[in-house]
Amino acid sequence: MLIKNNEIVTDEWSVLRLHEGETADRVIVPGGKVIVPLPVWNCQYEALQGRTELGLWLAGFERAEDIPDDVRRFPVIAVDFHKFSDGRGYTLAYRLRKQMGYQGELRAMGDILCDQLFYLKRVGFDTFTLRADKDPHAALAGFADFSLSYQASVDTDAPLFRRVTRGETL
Amino acid sequence: MYRYDNFDHRLVAERVAQYRDQVRRRLSGELKEDEFRVLRLHNGVYMQIHAYMMRLAAPYGLLSATQMRMFAHIARKYDRGYGHFTTRQNIQFNWLKLQDTPDILADLATVEAHAIQTSGSCIRSITSDEFAGVAHDEIIDPRPYAELLRQWSTFHPEFAFLPRKFKISITGATEDRAAIEVNDIGLQVVQDAQGEVGFRVLVGGGLGRTPVIGTEINAFVPWQHILTYVESIVRVYNEFGRRDNLYKARIKILVKAIGIDEFRRQVEEEWSLNKDGNSTVTKAELDRLAAGFTAPAYAALPQQDAMVLALQQSNKAFANWVKRSVKPHKVAGYSAVVLSLKQSGFAPGDATAEQMDAAAELAERYSFGELRISHTQNLVLADVKQADLPALWEAAKANGFATPNIGLLTDIICCPGGDFCTLANARSITLARAVDERFDDIDYLQDIGEIDLNISGCVNACAHHHVGHIGILGVDKQGEEWYQVSLGGSKGSPANVGKIIGRSFSFAQIPAVVERLLQVYVRERYEDERFIDTVRRIGIEPFVEYVYATPVAEDEKLLTPDYDLIKKGAPYDTPYYSPRF
Repeated sequence: MLIKNNEIVTDEWSVLRLHEGETADRVIVPGGKVIVPLPVWNCQYEALQGRTELGLWLAGFERAEDIPDDVRRFPVIAVDFHKFSDGRGYTLAYRLRKQMGYQGELRAMGDILCDQLFYLKRVGFDTFTLRADKDPHAALAGFADFSLSYQASVDTDAPLFRRVTRGETL
Repeated sequence: MYRYDNFDHRLVAERVAQYRDQVRRRLSGELKEDEFRVLRLHNGVYMQIHAYMMRLAAPYGLLSATQMRMFAHIARKYDRGYGHFTTRQNIQFNWLKLQDTPDILADLATVEAHAIQTSGSCIRSITSDEFAGVAHDEIIDPRPYAELLRQWSTFHPEFAFLPRKFKISITGATEDRAAIEVNDIGLQVVQDAQGEVGFRVLVGGGLGRTPVIGTEINAFVPWQHILTYVESIVRVYNEFGRRDNLYKARIKILVKAIGIDEFRRQVEEEWSLNKDGNSTVTKAELDRLAAGFTAPAYAALPQQDAMVLALQQSNKAFANWVKRSVKPHKVAGYSAVVLSLKQSGFAPGDATAEQMDAAAELAERYSFGELRISHTQNLVLADVKQADLPALWEAAKANGFATPNIGLLTDIICCPGGDFCTLANARSITLARAVDERFDDIDYLQDIGEIDLNISGCVNACAHHHVGHIGILGVDKQGEEWYQVSLGGSKGSPANVGKIIGRSFSFAQIPAVVERLLQVYVRERYEDERFIDTVRRIGIEPFVEYVYATPVAEDEKLLTPDYDLIKKGAPYDTPYYSPRF
């Protein structure tokens, strides 16, 4: 299940993960819409060139800057959070959106909490897959935790003081 | 002080609702402890030995009398009638039930206060000079910039899950009372040759397991660019700070590993991408924030009050108090007054609900209704007419605020330690009591003069023991509490880290060890030379030699089992109180 535009939809993409004994250069990339890890993209670069419906996923420690010319070719890039408290993926998303011009689907997956959806959306993620034990319907409420923000990020290019007239009290 | 507008109110209200739902999900079991832990820490909630602890924010140490009364209310309603003021210029409550904590936040919101980011691996509540706005040596009032940074860092979507905690401190004065050299980012407001205001930016300072003095990364960042510059630093840190080892995760380790020049290069590269963008601060916004910190309606008064001078001549107790507690003010006829929270028999930094109410009352009567919390864990009334000093002194005495020990040995900076904290190796508060009892002669304390004694119960260094003139650190040896002593640290102007004098001591030896250190000082000092200056001049060797020359006897009284300052009582009857859960 995938959270997209504040709704639960069927996920058309499958995610390729390397299992024990598999290597990035030899794993078989299945047909259809598949999101591959960065090492597979790097190792099977030539063979994957013709695939249009191919997504990429990055671990928190990986950097999109390593493949600057490639990012725009992917209709979907996913960031895999191995632990919800590891915040590198937020800066990764910020850089993809603000500094590398990535405009495709940006997906947060792995260990993410509904309490983080508001922040994740702000830094440019637009789809989300939760852990299997989390209820995606209940999680939707997380987007509405806050109705405003002080600072600029991907979702809004201006800090609050440039967006509104401040200083009014009831 | 800064007052909330509708947006600030709404954001804080939404935070209360979010946290209330998180606690509901925790109590229902929907959220597991390892997930909830991170969320509660973002609201300053810790699980301690006896109960939950909550650290409430007093941004840059400033609060209104109304807010102080709310702290008193919280102490009465949810705690055991007292609270603990901290070195981060905040307040902690130590005896809370988890299920009450959302109500505490809701109560705080009614007085424009919160507990946002007082803990956790995020940008923490910002600290500043407790004499900001009134200090005689101030160049620029740092508070509008502190508020600017408070808002920018609040719920920053990219920086809520940093490798480790991230502390920012800001000063606008010549003397550094905000310890900017031992924060992750230290900001010193400066003016360039044209009179333009900007910041000297230090990075990578910090205490904890690996104490490091911050390094200058930029000599002058114009104020308009401070948000984008700080953002660039934190972004580089978020991406490259170590996450594999908790003890090496602070920004200081990153800066040391790649070197300040390479770190600066990365920050400059990042800054080139966002500088001059929309996050550049506007004059209108700065003016709006500064309007919250305009000078109060001071009266035109003579520089010094003759009646007060006369009372100092005739009343030694009053003179002692003035000498220690009354600080210079930039406006003629006014003083800043420190209310001591270092009363004998009480934990350093603790105040009862009655004292909080009394402090609020004194603030309204004598200081335009505002107070500050100092990083030395005392309270400050920043705008007191000198003519009011005798009356304020009487009121301070009546409420336990008039111990004339500010800056002296018994003005001990002290963390909660092993009496409360799950992290601690050893007791701090109870040791502070032992030291306080040993040195109860005010004439002796006055003779010893200014000295910073800092006691931390573990390497996390909440009491900043590294920068104490005498620093005491609780260490664990096979499950027993021992104390390591360091000498010659200094918190600012300039900051430096103290040197460990040698093998550690038992709890019951420490008061005698402190006494020996002072005996060397008295023997070696020049006239009017402060303790720290003597240490700097002669080095630590003469102290080491004397302290270890003969065995240090243990104070028998300190070995009795009931020598304990904290009345602990039974833990709460709820499955959520204990770290064992």
